[in-house]
Amino acid sequence: MAQSATKSRRLVMTVIAYAFALMLFFPILWMVITSFKSEADAIALPPKFLFFHWTLANYIAVQARNNYWGFAFNSIVLSFGSTLAGLIVGIPAAYAFAFAPTKNTKQILLWMLSTKMMPAVGVLVPIYLILLKVHLLDTFTGLIIILFLSNLPIMIWMLYTYFKEIPHEILEASRMDGASRWKEIVYVLSPMAVPGIASTVLLNIILSWNETFWSLNVTNIHAAPLTAFIASYSSPEGLFWAKLSAASTLAVAPIVLLGWFSQRQLVRGLTFGAVK
Amino acid sequence: MATKQTQTAARLLAAPSILLLLVWMIVPLGLTIYFSTLHYTLQGSSVHKFIGWTNYYYFVTDPAFLTSIWNTLVLVGSVLVISVIGGTGMALLLDQPIYGRGAARVMAISPFFIMATVAALVWKNLFMQPVFGLFAWVAHLFGAPPIDWFTNDPMIAVIIIVAWQWLPFATLILLTALQSLDLEQKDAAQMDGAPPLSYFWYMVVPHLARPATVVVLIETIFLLGIFAEIFVTTGGGPGLATTNLTFLVFRSALRDFDVGGAAAGGIIAVVLANLVSIFLTRLVGKNLEG
Repeated sequence: MAQSATKSRRLVMTVIAYAFALMLFFPILWMVITSFKSEADAIALPPKFLFFHWTLANYIAVQARNNYWGFAFNSIVLSFGSTLAGLIVGIPAAYAFAFAPTKNTKQILLWMLSTKMMPAVGVLVPIYLILLKVHLLDTFTGLIIILFLSNLPIMIWMLYTYFKEIPHEILEASRMDGASRWKEIVYVLSPMAVPGIASTVLLNIILSWNETFWSLNVTNIHAAPLTAFIASYSSPEGLFWAKLSAASTLAVAPIVLLGWFSQRQLVRGLTFGAVK
Repeated sequence: MATKQTQTAARLLAAPSILLLLVWMIVPLGLTIYFSTLHYTLQGSSVHKFIGWTNYYYFVTDPAFLTSIWNTLVLVGSVLVISVIGGTGMALLLDQPIYGRGAARVMAISPFFIMATVAALVWKNLFMQPVFGLFAWVAHLFGAPPIDWFTNDPMIAVIIIVAWQWLPFATLILLTALQSLDLEQKDAAQMDGAPPLSYFWYMVVPHLARPATVVVLIETIFLLGIFAEIFVTTGGGPGLATTNLTFLVFRSALRDFDVGGAAAGGIIAVVLANLVSIFLTRLVGKNLEG
């Protein structure tokens, strides 16, 4: 009796949970479905849900008409470039904060966090003018520097929370055994730090890939990433819903997949370690 | 504990990041403050005269300013309410022992990973377009006239789009927090025969209070800066209907080329964001002790 009661309760909860989850997911699903339609089917009334002629034409047209892969390449360069720069500067800093903290470490970490909270619009004018002056508007270098610096506090924080969980005793033991600092970092610390570094890389790629404020304001053609490419569909030059959907699906797919695989680690990074 | 040598090494390792962030913070902010006191436009005269508080005076007394502050508050407030209440509900649902929880969870949090421009354009066209959009068809099914979202209810449309992206964020954070609520505690509470409601009130609510605060603060920081969703849907209009402070500053700078005025607006935005970030920093700082 009790067993079947919990079972049916479980079934009811499942249905409710799935109904709401599907509601949230539906716009993405609808976008993907639309991307396989002809333009005529995309605006057909009543809407065609599954029974239409499925086609890959939009995915081909997006490249031919708008050079989609050029923008995708830019997104990759920008997100990987800024992440790499962040790792080079961030790992040593996080290592120092976690393993040799001073009485100022906490203050420094909180100050770093506060730079992340500065609204971008507050520094839009000078950054735009500086980039204009040094000819870095619409260049990889210009936007990589911005993305790198604006995400650096999050990277250091996330690395710091992971490094702090590595027990000091292990490092001390290896030091007792006569390991040099270099050996300590390569053989003892690195293997334990890899998962934390990987999560940090994932979060940073997601954040840079999806960044819109700076990419819309300081790029135009040459260094414009997919966020800006999609924005160009907002100009009213007719109804190209199927092509918009195909371009959008391609643009979000890699990041949504990355996001699915790293949900739990992302929480730590997004909340600065306040929720684990 | 740490030797003197270690301390020096640590300083050297941390120095580049500290210097870079210091420059990144001080130089642009200093320039913004400096520009905000100048008569400085990108059109016409290249002489930048010092005019003191005048830019602030004009920026603040422009009717667009009050409208934009109001719009900012409405946007941030509405999205916070929707995403925190909805996110809590969704997290509680997904924390139940349901079948195929993983798949439901993945579907519910996916919108958070969608880039802002895609989210905005998919909603604007596929759903809210008044003739061919899905909402128009649904309205038609019920015999109601379709809503021309971006003409008649532009702010509600923007709120829906932004809330759709941030509700999953709240779900993700709160669900993670719920799942760290000790299983043993849950079992113990059930063994004691605690009724679900009091279990919820005395165990779950206190446990969620802190992560929920974190969600509110982090969302506020991001929502104060909402830009792309407005940029690709309404362009701040019709009129000023969806112009928030961020968009107003952008417009002054890159459309009206009024560097001085935009800088003054930027400083006001910094002050606003700081009011929030003080609380967030304090909360995170407390967490550092443990």
